[in-house]
Formats: sequence, C-alpha cells, structure tokens
Amino acid sequence: MIFMSQEKREVVIPSQLLGDIKNKKAGRGTFIENGKIYAETIGVLNISSEYINVISLEGRYDPVEGDFVIGVVEEPLASSWLVDIKAPYPALLHVNEVPWDVEFNETGKYLNKGDSIMAKVLSVDMEKKLQITLNDRNLYKIKDGHIIDVEPSKVPRVIGKKGSMISLLKKYTRCRIFVGQNGRIWINGDDEDIEKVIYAIRKIEKESLAYGLTNKIEEILKKDVKDVQ
Amino acid sequence: MKPDIKLFDSDGKRLDGRKPDELREIKIEVGVLHRAEGSCYLEWGGNKAIAAVYGPREAIPRHTQNPLRAIINARYNMAAFSVEDRKRPGPDRRSREISKVISEALAKIVLTERFPRASIDVNIEILEAEAGTRCAGLTAAGVALADAGIPIRDIPVACAAGKIENQVVLDLGKDEDNHGDADLPIAISPRTNEILLMQMDGHLTLDEFDTALELAMKGCHIVSDLQKKAILKKYQNIEEV
Repeated sequence: MIFMSQEKREVVIPSQLLGDIKNKKAGRGTFIENGKIYAETIGVLNISSEYINVISLEGRYDPVEGDFVIGVVEEPLASSWLVDIKAPYPALLHVNEVPWDVEFNETGKYLNKGDSIMAKVLSVDMEKKLQITLNDRNLYKIKDGHIIDVEPSKVPRVIGKKGSMISLLKKYTRCRIFVGQNGRIWINGDDEDIEKVIYAIRKIEKESLAYGLTNKIEEILKKDVKDVQ
Repeated sequence: MKPDIKLFDSDGKRLDGRKPDELREIKIEVGVLHRAEGSCYLEWGGNKAIAAVYGPREAIPRHTQNPLRAIINARYNMAAFSVEDRKRPGPDRRSREISKVISEALAKIVLTERFPRASIDVNIEILEAEAGTRCAGLTAAGVALADAGIPIRDIPVACAAGKIENQVVLDLGKDEDNHGDADLPIAISPRTNEILLMQMDGHLTLDEFDTALELAMKGCHIVSDLQKKAILKKYQNIEEV
C-alpha cells in the first residue's frame, strides 16, 4: 500500500479520451483512433511512465498463456475433455496433457462432467482456441473443499500486492487457498474457517476500489482469531 | 396532409407541454439484472425498456460463427402487454427488422475482432411502448454493453426527430407519431457523430430533412450525457466506501 500513490483512482468509461500516441503507448483496455488513445471498457485508469492502461472492472476472463485457472469439465470426448474456464470459449484438455495413462474412449473414467480441476493455460491461438494442461506443479483434480466465483477483474485484489492479501487469509484462517486467474477460488479447511475466508473475499470484492484494504481485512480477521499459523 | 387533431396549442407547445426541441423525460438504471453480464433499465417518456447483454460466448449454431470476429445478436421484443391492444407475442416482421438494424448498428461500435467465433447476445425487451421504442431499446443496449465490460469504441445512442403540422420537432410522442407527417429515428456514435442507424417514415423535404437530422443529433448528445452519468453512478458508490 505504501507504493501506491494517494492520487484518486479515476474510473473511466468507454470512448473517453485518455491521451495521444505521441506521448504514451496504448496499453490494456484501450484502443487507438486517429492518433488518439481512448478507453474501450469501463475501468480504472492506470498511467505508467510508458503506457496508458485501463484496468477493466467488468467483463469475461481473457485467457493468457501460463495462467493458472480452475476449470469445470463440460464434456469428456474420445481423447480429450472440454473444460469451462469462464472464458468466452471452452478449453480443450488433451489426454497427452494429463498425468494419467488414458485409453481411447475412456476419458470419462478419469474426469467426468462436473468435475473441477486446477489447470494451466497451455496455449491461446489466433482463433482463440484454448488448450489447457495438468502437467505442471500442483495441478490436479479437485476432490474436496469449496469453490467460489468472483469477478475475474477482482482477482488481483484478492491476491494483493506480491500475494499480501492471500497470505493474510491463509495466516489467520489455516485454510488452503488457490486463486485461479479466471476468478474461481478454491478453499479447503474447517467449515468455520472456510466461511470466514468467503466472507473476507466477498468484502474484498465489494470494496475493491478502496484504499488500505489489506489492513482493513486484517482487522476483520484478527477479531475472532484463535491461533495464528 | 392535414392532421385530424391539433398537435400544438396556442403557445406553440406540444400535446404533452413540451417545446418543439425538448426531449421526454429519461431515466436510466444500470446493472438491474444479475444473471446477465450487463443490463440496463430505461424509461423514456412512456417507454419502458430492459436491455440485457450475454457473452461473449461461443456462437451457436456453429455455422453462424465468424472465424475473424464476433457476431452480434440483438433481439428486440415487445411484451404482449406493452401496447393498448394485446400484441401477439413472438417475432413479427416489424420486430425482426428492428432486431436486424440494431444488430448492425451495434456491430459497428463493438471491437468484434477481439472475440473470433464468439457471439454477443443483446436482448431488448419493451415493457411499455409509447413511440420511439427502437431508440429507447438501442440506447439501453448501449449502456448494457458498457456495463458488460465488452470492449466498445463508443456508447451508441439513439434519438428521433420528426415533422408534425409542418414543423420539425424532436422526439415524437405517441399521438405525434400517429398523426404527424414524418419520423426520423437515428442512432449515432456520439464521439465521432457517425451515423449507426437511420430510418425514415413519411415525407420530408431536403431542407426539413437536414433540420431534423441536426435536431436528432442534438437530442442524441443530450441522451448520451445521461447514459454516461448513469454508468458512472454505479461506480461512484463503490468509490466512496
């Protein structure tokens, strides 16, 4: 929070004029027309020394290669699965990308409709065809715990600066938490603790534009804490 | 054509007491539906419309997909109870035409190339109608698109002008539409003044047409300001927390 300057966070709306390409580069959430930079979505204005960005407040998850996501299997196919990762398109999980030896036409034995997995986005091509993989560290089928949905645009706030928020939640609740970049969050632990985490995350979601949010959440969590890990 | 009822009173005011270049009252509410990605409720005089945006999601059926860009499916529908006599439910020739022209208008301002193979579905439901529902519907759809976080070049806005008793006026009401001489609804991209939709009913001379177009443009800009205010209002509350 110290690094964040105290200037006001400005909310911009689509078509708002933000600058000139002579001075800045057009970053995320912007488009260029006749040498001028405009906002393309509703979002928070973020001007760095080089780029003008608009950090979107709404909208679907835009998959990026290397993102860790939580997916729900939609359909097992002969040699692959279709997985919903909250992107505009279903993602393909090929049998070569899972740690098991799957026989042809027996994909349903391993993952079926409704199963949840932690996965990594393997590739996004020009046509926005998505592929995901389970061949990476700590990626597996989810067997217990809770999954909650948040706006994908709020994920950075849930994680916090260098993971500050998420480590805070882990510290005070003894829950295991995995935040997917697509806005799905997996939580496991005692029922009571899970409830506390969900409450905190909903609070973060609601007040995502406020300053000093990490401190605020810490106070809430401190109130009824039993033991700190 | 001689009107069968008087559309102006002695002071030059219109039936509902408006001046010739005055709009009806407009109320815009953002994010009224939870299941939709973006939504908007709009009241424009006696018109009540709800617009809901879903997607971008994979276009179904598959043959409608475009490998280069998203397709926009706008669906304009009037509720059976939206007019005085019951409207027969379901798409008819009129609502299919309006759905088509609104789809095309919206496709111009959405950055469709960001979502190849996808479709963006815009549902416009007219709950109550009182002339100018396509303008109300498109204006609501514009706000709903912005609320859905779909990348757009501009927030589209629509407004109509027309001719009654040989005078060009802004935003025709129900009786003015029924007994007037011409109606000219347009939709524009307010940043560039590009025309996204233009239809005309009745007859106008060239000069009248130019005046009407200019007047409608002016009306669009007024409505556009209301749209932007409504969108920002949703986030003002969060900022204050």
